[in-house]
Amino acid sequence: MAQTAVQPPGSHTASPLRRALRWAHTNLFSTWYNTVLTLLCLWVIYVVLSGTLGWAIFRANWAVIPQNLRVFLAGTYPSSELWRIWAVLFSVIGMTGLSAGAFGGKSHALLLRSSIAGLVLAALPFSVANRGLILGGVALLWLTYGASRNRTALRPWIVGAWFLSIPGTMLLMWGAHSSQLLPRVETTAWGGFTLTLLLAIVGILASFPIGLLLALGRRSTLRAVSIVCTCFIEVVRGMPLVTILFMAHLMVPIFMPDVRIDKVVRAMIGLTLFTSAYMAENIRGGLQGVPQGQVEAAHALGMNASLTMLFVVLPQAIRSVIPSIVGQFISLFKDTSLVAIIGLLDLLGVARSVMANPDWLGLQAEVYLFAAFMYWLFSFSLSKSSRRLERALGVNHS
Amino acid sequence: MSPPTPAPQRHMKATPSRSIPLWRDERAIRIILQLLFVGAVVWALAYFFGNARRGLEQLGLGFGFDFLRMEAGFGISEGIEYQPSDSYGRAFFVGIVNTLRVSIVGILCATLIGTLAGIARLSSNWLLRNLARAYVELFRNVPLLLQLLFWYGAVILKLPPVRQAVNLYDYAFLSQRGLYVARPVASEGMTAWIWIAAAGLLLSIIVYIVHRRHLRREDRPGFPSLTATGVWVAVATIGWLALPAQPIALDLPILGRFNFSGGLPLSPEFTGLLLGLSVYTGAFIAEVVRGGIQSVEKGQREAALALGLRPWQVMYMIVLPQALRVIVPPMTSQYLNLAKNSSLAVAIGYPELFNIGTTTMNQTGQTLPVFALIMACYLGFGLLTSIVMNWYNRRIRFVER
Repeated sequence: MAQTAVQPPGSHTASPLRRALRWAHTNLFSTWYNTVLTLLCLWVIYVVLSGTLGWAIFRANWAVIPQNLRVFLAGTYPSSELWRIWAVLFSVIGMTGLSAGAFGGKSHALLLRSSIAGLVLAALPFSVANRGLILGGVALLWLTYGASRNRTALRPWIVGAWFLSIPGTMLLMWGAHSSQLLPRVETTAWGGFTLTLLLAIVGILASFPIGLLLALGRRSTLRAVSIVCTCFIEVVRGMPLVTILFMAHLMVPIFMPDVRIDKVVRAMIGLTLFTSAYMAENIRGGLQGVPQGQVEAAHALGMNASLTMLFVVLPQAIRSVIPSIVGQFISLFKDTSLVAIIGLLDLLGVARSVMANPDWLGLQAEVYLFAAFMYWLFSFSLSKSSRRLERALGVNHS
Repeated sequence: MSPPTPAPQRHMKATPSRSIPLWRDERAIRIILQLLFVGAVVWALAYFFGNARRGLEQLGLGFGFDFLRMEAGFGISEGIEYQPSDSYGRAFFVGIVNTLRVSIVGILCATLIGTLAGIARLSSNWLLRNLARAYVELFRNVPLLLQLLFWYGAVILKLPPVRQAVNLYDYAFLSQRGLYVARPVASEGMTAWIWIAAAGLLLSIIVYIVHRRHLRREDRPGFPSLTATGVWVAVATIGWLALPAQPIALDLPILGRFNFSGGLPLSPEFTGLLLGLSVYTGAFIAEVVRGGIQSVEKGQREAALALGLRPWQVMYMIVLPQALRVIVPPMTSQYLNLAKNSSLAVAIGYPELFNIGTTTMNQTGQTLPVFALIMACYLGFGLLTSIVMNWYNRRIRFVER
């Protein structure tokens, strides 16, 4: 938390100029070393800005961004089928709004930040129709939020919908060979920001049940179960994600030669295994936070171990780990960029392929900065709002 | 991580009566469940590895670590001495050393950057505070891989060629070929200075003992360790300045016809990786340091000031010892993250462990053993770091009264 300077009394009566000077005095020039620091900071800002702004305004070739915007966002997904991506996006937005309403209750901040991110996106050089769709998405977010607000009865349905959305999304994106309505789109055409989001959402959803089982297994009183789960968690947490992605990429075909598993699905398996180990530790923290008295009370009421876990311990534990799951999602969202190393065309992979295009040679800085901006926009707004969410849920996380 | 809690209900029925049938006996159920679980795990592993072995046999490949003694045949651009005619084992060792090299230097740089930024975030100076905040929020929210590719592909490789290298006051040169920095070399004055420094150390130990005894007798507070350090620094500095020959000479990089000679050359890959890792991890460490300092209650600081301690004494004696206890555990995991993240070097071609591992895999087809080796190395690093940091953590905990 920033230390705010105490306003001297009577400052509200002084003229704006005097107030500004007083503010500058207390916040910038209070002592001689603060003055030195201020001047040093000004020099740093000058050096950085004079170096970058001149380049960004006069020498950078930003034309590469609008020309390739569609590739950045949707890869080489065929134009005639783009509605499928919009449909997926809208269903994700709708479910996010519903979950925020039913679970968060007071999660205005999350919605506000997401809406700001949406508006910033709409400011990118899109066509009018696409801008309309983005604004429609923002509106949908608030509508679904309003519709489900404080309706706790919806919770199990929303959780179910999230898990059904994995096969639903894959079906919609993939299509089928024989279908007229949904012609097959191979995963080689999946890419850009869509693939990044898809990998992150599938990863977090699929890792939740696995992480839950691992956490329960690690706390189990059955020694064999707890040893196996602990080994898995600690080994995965001790390894870099690249090695796990490579393993999924190279070893899944070796381990299961009879089934041909798609490259994108293998990346999803790797990301899920990696995230589930971290998820298990988060959930374990939540489980440990549930007071023993709750378990004893449930036993006293005659509930057996599994009923106690399902209806007493888990609901409380999961509520307390929602913020850390959001944090996990943010880091997974950034980590999905690693699939570019195994040759998938996520946002970063697409950026690299645009740079390799002979028309746009030598534009590394522009393209990387745009990709960085996209990652930053989402990750920053999510992390800001997750801190708000933490406070709104009353989770003690200090 | 706490070990799994032992079953509280295990001893509830110490003597199960004979009348309980086997399928209702809790002890029997527990054993059967565990046997079933282990059986399922073993069966799955056997299935996977059986498939893998059959696949390798079809390719005519053996299954083992014999390949480590075979000739590697590929070049490694930097690191300890190595020829393509050396074995795969040697190549692996080069990779391990390179990983350790970039991790250790990276940890030092990231700690420095992060500590400075973390303290700056709590400054009373508005501009400095917000500059540090901008740094943290900017670099924490962009994927590391993207940052590495940016530093390497869009900054370092776009630097001027060697002949127009950016001159940093003759001590360092920045160009497409990486960073050439001045290297400190021991000159003939070094031995003499080491003797002086050793004498200073002896003197400072004597001062420490005498001062502490003096303080004990007078029952006064004070810092014998600070006095002793001061004595040593003074002796060492005077010795340094008084010696006729400078103990350390700087080997400056000098631009020759085609490249620099002398100095310490850092390859573009190493420079880019180091820059990316330290700046990225530094942003996380800044938050750790800030949280640690903020965790010390305000009353502690106020009480110390009220007792008449100077601001630097408050920081050194009151705030830091308490903050360190909060800082060390998350700092450990940041260090581990940095070491693990060094594997992203595979994208920019720095020859570290994982990079050499993938090359070996491609050449020999020994996917499984190579993965096992990589896994063992990273788990080893992790174990080593946790041992060192746990030792440090225990040491600073002893301060607690």
